[in-house]
Amino acid sequence: MLLASAGNVLVWAVWMGAAFACLGSGIAVVSFSNPFFSALALIGNLASLAVLYLLLSAEFVAAAQVLVYGGAVMVMFLFVIGYIGPRQDSPWAGGPSWQVVGAVLAAGALFVEIVVVVGLKASGSLAHQAKIDSSFGSPSQIGRLFLTDHLLAFEVTSIVLLVAAVGGVILGHHSRRESAAGARALGVRETRPGQ
Amino acid sequence: MLVRSVSERHAPANESWKPMLGPSVAWYLCVAAFLFATGALGVLLRRNPLIVLLSLEIMLNGGNLALIGYARHLGDGAGQIFAIAVMAIAASEVVVGLGLVVAMNRKHLTLDVDRLNTLRG
Repeated sequence: MLLASAGNVLVWAVWMGAAFACLGSGIAVVSFSNPFFSALALIGNLASLAVLYLLLSAEFVAAAQVLVYGGAVMVMFLFVIGYIGPRQDSPWAGGPSWQVVGAVLAAGALFVEIVVVVGLKASGSLAHQAKIDSSFGSPSQIGRLFLTDHLLAFEVTSIVLLVAAVGGVILGHHSRRESAAGARALGVRETRPGQ
Repeated sequence: MLVRSVSERHAPANESWKPMLGPSVAWYLCVAAFLFATGALGVLLRRNPLIVLLSLEIMLNGGNLALIGYARHLGDGAGQIFAIAVMAIAASEVVVGLGLVVAMNRKHLTLDVDRLNTLRG
């Protein structure tokens, strides 16, 4: 009994740390003026979310989060930010305009709306968790679910990834002639990005 | 059904139940709602399309946290499957979005979503 309550306190402490890191880094992503620092804060956000997933016994999803999001996607973000160069764009500069006030009000309304709806519809049933066995969230269970109950979602996801890859290639493709014509049409002299 | 019977066969009966320690799922849902609202604030507030994409990632992660919280709450692995599918969609969205940003940069357009209004009706 003592051991269980000590474990409970430990999990609460880890949860508090991860949740506040998650919320703080989320706010930091939105309010940093340099996109490079925003991307670094998002990496912290993803890492603390992975800790929350571990507490929810979703081990495979936590590992995939760190590898896919924190690894691949964020490296791509940082690469593009380095490619186009950091542009300062402070969200709070120039005092509160009606757009800033409206955005904050809309985001606050969304938060209140979600909390009220979840609280009204599900607050009674949220106290008792279902029993899960130790294989819950393990790679074998995820793989079995993917290839039996959710095979269609698996296949559709693979098609979406293929379409995205083709779209990325088409967007990234350009010939020298086309870019010269585009630059003439826009009336700008051709410069290299580094200059 | 199939999954449950297989996992029960592998696991010994009562000792493998994992109790849920720490906060209940409601707290996770609060964090998820706050993340979603933070991402929405970023999408509405920021003008740099790169930071709009980063804020979209935060919104998707808020949704993922709610899905995984409910998966744990209901003891059903389908929520985790959905979360992985959302991750794949997010990766696709980042590929296309960053491709657009690089293409705009190559055409020497300003990276400001308020000024990119050529398609406005």
